Parts: sequence; C-alpha cells; structure tokens
Amino acid sequence: MKHKVVVTINGRKHEHEVEPRLLLVHYIRDVAGLTGTHIGCDTSQCGACTIHVDGKAVKSCTMFAVQADGRNLTTIEGLANGDELHPIQQAFWDEHGLQCGYCTPGFIMEAAYLLAQNPNPTEDEIRKGLEGNLCRCTGYVNIVKAVQSAAKTMSSAPAKKTTVTAGGN
Amino acid sequence: MAVTQLVGAKIHRREDPRLITGHGHYLDDFTRQGTVYASFVRSPFAHARVKSIDVTDASKAPGVVGVYTARDFKGQLTGTHPTTPAFTAAKKYVPERFPIAEKEVCYQGEIVAVVVAGSRAQAADGANLIQVDYEELPAVMDLEKALKPGSAKVHVDGPDNIGWDIPYTGPEVTDAAFKEADVVVKERILQNRLAPVPMEPRGVLAEYESFDKKLTIWLSSQSPHFIRLFVSGSMGLKENQVRVISPDVGGGFGSKISPYPEDYLVPALSRMTERPVKWIETRTESIQNATHGRGQFYDVEVAAKKDGTVTAMRVTQFLDIGAYHGTFAGFQACACLMAGGAYKWKGGITARTIGILTNRVPTDPYRGAGRPEATHLVERMIDLVALELKMDPVDVRKKNFVQPEDFPFTQNFGLVIDSGDYEKSLDKALQLAGYSDLRKKQADLRKQGRYLGIGLSTWIEICGFGPSAATAPATGGIALVESAQVRVTPTGAVMVYTGTHSHGQGHETTFSQLVADQLGVPMESVDLRHGDTAEGTAFGYGTYGSRSLAVGGVAVSKAVGKVIDKGKKIAAHLLEAAEEDIVFEHGSFHVKGSPDKAKAFGEVAFASYGTGLPEGVEQGLEATAYFDPPNLVWPFGAHVAVVEIDAETGNAKLEKYVAVDDCGNIINPMIVDGQIHGGVVQAIAQALYEEVVYDEASGQLKTGTLTDYMIPSAGEIPQLIVDKTITPSPTNDLGVKGIGEAGTIAASAAVINAICDALSPLGIKHVDMPASPDKIWHMMKEARK
Repeated sequence: MKHKVVVTINGRKHEHEVEPRLLLVHYIRDVAGLTGTHIGCDTSQCGACTIHVDGKAVKSCTMFAVQADGRNLTTIEGLANGDELHPIQQAFWDEHGLQCGYCTPGFIMEAAYLLAQNPNPTEDEIRKGLEGNLCRCTGYVNIVKAVQSAAKTMSSAPAKKTTVTAGGN
Repeated sequence: MAVTQLVGAKIHRREDPRLITGHGHYLDDFTRQGTVYASFVRSPFAHARVKSIDVTDASKAPGVVGVYTARDFKGQLTGTHPTTPAFTAAKKYVPERFPIAEKEVCYQGEIVAVVVAGSRAQAADGANLIQVDYEELPAVMDLEKALKPGSAKVHVDGPDNIGWDIPYTGPEVTDAAFKEADVVVKERILQNRLAPVPMEPRGVLAEYESFDKKLTIWLSSQSPHFIRLFVSGSMGLKENQVRVISPDVGGGFGSKISPYPEDYLVPALSRMTERPVKWIETRTESIQNATHGRGQFYDVEVAAKKDGTVTAMRVTQFLDIGAYHGTFAGFQACACLMAGGAYKWKGGITARTIGILTNRVPTDPYRGAGRPEATHLVERMIDLVALELKMDPVDVRKKNFVQPEDFPFTQNFGLVIDSGDYEKSLDKALQLAGYSDLRKKQADLRKQGRYLGIGLSTWIEICGFGPSAATAPATGGIALVESAQVRVTPTGAVMVYTGTHSHGQGHETTFSQLVADQLGVPMESVDLRHGDTAEGTAFGYGTYGSRSLAVGGVAVSKAVGKVIDKGKKIAAHLLEAAEEDIVFEHGSFHVKGSPDKAKAFGEVAFASYGTGLPEGVEQGLEATAYFDPPNLVWPFGAHVAVVEIDAETGNAKLEKYVAVDDCGNIINPMIVDGQIHGGVVQAIAQALYEEVVYDEASGQLKTGTLTDYMIPSAGEIPQLIVDKTITPSPTNDLGVKGIGEAGTIAASAAVINAICDALSPLGIKHVDMPASPDKIWHMMKEARK
C-alpha cells in the first residue's frame, strides 16, 4: 500500500505516493531526483546523507519518507544562493576541505547546523560537533579549518553590512 | 619549464564547484531508462558445500525479472579471476575462481545467486526468499596452523594452503653478520587486517545493446581500462565492443583497482535480461567483500654492533591471501624488498615471503601496499636496537642512514634508490616537534608516574609504477607505463586525455596547471578528461601506487612537448624562419632574437587546421605520448608522534604529530598537504583503531558495519604539523615523486614507536596494532605484576 507524501525541498513542493518503508534518503535521491545527498553506510554512522529537516540537521537514512510529510527540507542543492556559494561551501573550496567529495555534502549540511547553533565554536567544539560524519580522505584537518574559516566569514558578514550602512549615512 | 606561474602555486581545485554543491556524478547518480536492479545472495558461512539452491519462491516474487545461479553464467562468462604473476615465480597453488560459486563457498560473502527485479527493494525481497542448503565445512583461519601438514584446506580439492613461498635471499647471505653481531634483537610484528572503506561503496551499472553488440559499463573504478580488458575477455567480446566509464569516484585506496565478481556478473545479467542492470554495494557488502589490506605477520631478527650500527636482517613475511589470490596480491610481497628502509645493511638481508590461503575475503593492495608493512617492521626494529643498546633512537637512525652522497644507491635487493637526504628531513621534524624539550618533559612526567612516549619514523618508499622492464614481467605482459593525448582545437582550446584516473587526488587541477604553464595559456583553456575508455589513448593504466604524476603527468608533459614541436614547424613556416630558430615561450612562438616576429599559440593552432602548411606536415595540432620511466621514484621523510598513555585506562592519546615529507618538486602544495593529512590519519587509524575481526573458529565476520569497524572521526584526530623538504627526483624531467601513499607508509610506525617508548619503563618492548586501550591496559597490568 502506498502513502501520499507532500514535502517542500529547497523551497519547491514535491508530492508523491510512496511505499511506507521507503527511506527519506532514497526518496530524495530516487524519487525527487536530487542526487547530491549521498549514502555511505547502512547503520547511520557516516553522515553522508545529512540534510536539514525544518532547520535541524538530520541523517536522512534515519527517517522514512512518510515521516517527512508536511516538513520543510533543505539539501546540499538548496544551500547556495543562485550562483553565490554559501560561506561554508566557499570555505570548503578555499581550505581544500574535500578530496573525493563523497562525504562533503553531509559535512557541509552538518557544519551549517553547527554554526547556526554555535556561531563561534572552538576547534574542540567543531571536532565534537562533526563526530557524526565520517571522511576517509582528508584526515579532517582541512574540514576543521574550513568550518573555522566559515565561522569567521559568517560572523563578520553582518558587521560588514553595518559598516557599509554607517559609511553610507 | 618556461613559465612557473601555476606550477608550485596553491590553485583552487577545479573539481570542487560541482562537488560542494551536490552536482558531482558518482556511480549511483546514473540510471538508464528501463533499469532493473540486482541483489546478490551471499554465503553466510566461511566455508561450506552448496548442496542445493531453491529459487521457486523468489522467482514468483513481485517485480522479479529473473533469478540466476552459477549454471546460468556458464555460457556467459569464461576464465578465472586474473592474477598477476608478480613475485609468484615459485607459486605453489592459485585456486580457480569463477565470479559466482557453484558447489563450494570459501569465504563469508561469496556469491551463490542473484535476483534481478524492477526496484532495489523488490530485488532485495526476492533475494531473501532464496533457500540455500549448505553443509558447513571447517574454516581455515590461523596462518601458522594453515601451513601445517594435515591442516583442513581452504578449498577441499586444493593440494594445501600455500599460495606462494619465495625465498628472495637465503640465510647464507647474513650468516657472517649474525655470527659477528654484538647484539641480536628479534620480534614478531603483526599487520592487522584492514577494510579500505572508501566513503562511496562500489557499484556497477551495465547496459548491453543486443543489436549493436555493444556494452557500456559504469562503475566506480581506479582503473577503467583494466576492467575493460578483463570483462571483455571473460564475456567473449572484443575490447572495442566495451566502453567502461568511471565517473566521479568517492575514494578507492586500492580497493577499486582489481576486477570484482559483480563487475562480470552485472554486465552478463544485462546481456541475459536485455535491460540495463544496476547494483550498488551496501556498506556491509563492502566491508565483507571489497578486498582487504595487510593481514600479515613478520618474524624479524636484526644483528647490530655495540656502537648502534645495524648490520644484517632476517625477515619472513606470512601473508594472509584470503580464499583466492587478489589480482595484485603478490605485490604486497614488496614489503620484503623494502624491509631495509633508509639504512645500509652491509651484512645483508635474508628475506622470504609465504602467501597463505585462508577462508577470508582476499587481500589486495591497500594504500601503501607492502611499503607501510616494510616501514613498520624496520622502524620498530631500529627502536628495539636502540632500546637494547640504551641509545637515542635518533642516533641509531643517523648512524645507519644512506647518505646524500651515496645516491643513486643500490640497496640489498638491487633496487636503485634515485635520491634522498634522510638526515635533513629528520632534523627538520625533530626541530618542529621540539625533540630535546620533549625528552626533558618525558623524564619529568616519568617521575610523576605518567607515560609520555616519543616515536619516530624515518620512512622511505618506492612508487611511480613503473618501468616496463620491471612491471611487464610482474603483471604478465602489460607494462605499467602511462599514456596521454593532447588535442588542440582550431580556437586553441586544449583537451588533455590521460590514462590515470582521479578518485580524490585532484588531477583535473594539477594536470591542468602543468599543461597551462607549459603552453603558456590560461588554465581555463585546458580541460582534462579521464575515466572513460572511449576517450583518449588506446590503453590507460589507472591510478594506484602513487604513480599518476610521476608517470602519467610526465606522459602529459611529453605530449605537450610534441604539440609544441609541431607548432614550431608551423610557426617557422608562417614567420618564414628556420624551424631551429623558433623559440616558444609565454604562449608565443617567436624568432630567436626578434620577439616581435611572433605568432601566438592560438594563431598557430588555427593555422594548423588551414591550408598552406609546410611540406610534409599534416593538418591538426595533437599528439600522443607514452612515458616509460627509467626507474621508480623514491619519496622519503621523517615523522614524529607524541603519545601519552593513561595509566588507568590504557588509552593512548596522540598529543602531537609532525610530518616532514619529501616528494620532489611540487605542482600544487595544497593538494600535496591534503594527501599527507589523509594518509597519516589512515595509518594512525591502523595503529590505534582499525581491525577486521573474524571469529577464529567459525570464520564469521564480526566487524561488518561501521558500528563495529571503527574508522576515526574528527574527534579522535589531533591537528597535524606538516612540512616538507624538496629533493627533486632525477628519474623524470619534472623532478616529481608520488605522495598519495606517503602518509600511510610513514605513520603507523611513528605512533607505535611512541607507545612502546611510553611503556618502556614497564619493560614493555613491543605492542601490536591496533593498540587499543584494552590491549594496552592488559599489557600494563601484566607488566606491573
């Protein structure tokens, strides 16, 4: 028996009939056709499938698609503002925070949530905050640097705006 | 090289915009119209006889297209799993391997049946309905017991369990040195079995078009041309009927070089069902079936003099082959040939490798393959000599290093080390670590009952495979040289096709830097294509063994050189000058001494497609080059690990890690540092956390998920201090060496040496990997008795 699911992904409404056992990550990839969210394990260890559900970072293999009914989802494809990269994406690029890139969407989504909760984390807080995501290429060195650098950019961005306004007046 | 603007600079990676925005193309992102899905039924036993397979219920399950067992593939596939003869001149026994088992299964996970259905879920449901009647047989798990006459056999019809037994050099080579030794130290050193765990598991999508008799295979591979070679042969197709596409690859670490059973079975299923067929490996399937690394132990003896001079070594490698020989399994025996490390052994080295079959999944190269094992054993033995003689491990190393003036240095097995300066990198690493202060701190902490340890690894490696004379006999005929093709379009856009293939190394960036500089064009004018057998040269050799730049990059550079040479002919004609008077620099051909008499590269490219070319010159501007390196390349470096052991829990906390590495000239320092970071952490993980564990009696895999098989997260790993020395390689014109495996080759020895150093006040001399808190706690408890 199939169930109707209505979800908003990256601001766009999706409506489908799905099997109740369909995992949210398979829904996102195979039904909604957004393949930026990856699958790296069967046991919710690796975090490659991390997305935002109503603003919270969630491993999308830990939810059924039917449980996402009526929710607002953001995936990696929805993070940039048009051609303008999100500061965390930019920082991963600048700091060489990725090699094969397979774990990267999950890390970026997790980091975005981490910085929303704690805009100025210490290195230790970043490392602890990213413990639910696994990377096999980078040794985490440049991932941590990227999150540190994004935190700086993001916390200085509003300040910049204030300066401009002040100068303009 | 004329312009050095890009080479040597930190250039942002060209691969990244798609990868950071979710627009990469990994294997599971591809689907063809009408695709059906395969799910495999695998043996739950390490060793069993297959008595019968009942597919009745599965065949009737919803959505099932077909159910197939070994018999169905007999007319589709022929031959046995390819095994290179490398190092197996004295091979004893290579069991036959068909991609799907019929009567006997020899490791847990071996395929016995496959279901094809309309969706992944339906295929998995169908597979669950297949009833297999097994008769369990004894599992051969212990390497030493497996060698004994009368042991149970891995394959019931096999003669014994010995895959190979090769003495490279006999005991007589070292007899004199051992007789004259002041001290002899001995140790058995374990290399834990490891699962490569690339974050993207494997997978295959195959589409056979029956009217054209053409097959396209998409798979996650480090070596698409090898897959084409093997699969086409087995399926009775010509290589030109098969196209293999390996798109963005989510890590490999050696586990995506060799062909796998599914690489044959999925294309055969497509031919049988006349549908595109897709299979994506689950993580448990990956840990259970992707080839493992290491899985060895070594018996080592070293003879030394009182002053710290090491004179001779005797080493025997006992290597767990698993149930079948991996395609490149024999390569791991290079640990014996590299066992001498960075040191002179004037009294010789006696080495022997024994490959032993067991009822486990096969082993094959895993990042470093043989060289991490060599580093680990020689660096451990040097520390044991230092401990025995109460000398500083730094002094023992410096006393025995091959010196800069000794290069090229012919080591004990006739390999010629091209270059090096081992003391320089060690001094730099010691300085960065603050070595003398650390020793003072260690003495202070020991007085307080605390266990701080400092460990060194002055590693060397051999990479850049490799010269045809050495590699063709080792593979069975195909030399591991590399090819490249450079094509210039009429508008001066440059397309570069390489036989190497990136799985995270950033070739699109590095190779483009190289080409853009050499041609004096902007990087945007250069596009790199790889991973598709339908594009580029006739054969590419793939990416492994830290070979891509030192072999493939040099081939690219040679092909660019040929393009420039042709451009000179055309420019000379256009400028009405003699060809030998044409100079090419900064993207422009000009007459020697008259820089204003010039033609830009783009103008020459356009002219090459026109009329009025010089006599004997064909239209177009393109070239193919092969590079057959005259030698292998020899990176080296020095690592320092600082560890404190918690006296209560046995937990080894890595306080500091310093890596000074030398890979010759560097194209992109950001990428080089990244390779070191990842490599070092993979070896720290071997030293402290990772081990594939099977039940020793039943052969059941106990670490089949990422819950049980621990790869470290950001929380376990400290910041690394990374620096370099630069000793250009004389082996190639670019002066480059490999760096992809260096960190992994170096780091396990540094970490374990630090742990042993920390525990030395308790009389503990050696700790095997993984040095888990539990293991250390028990050793400390025992030592305190």
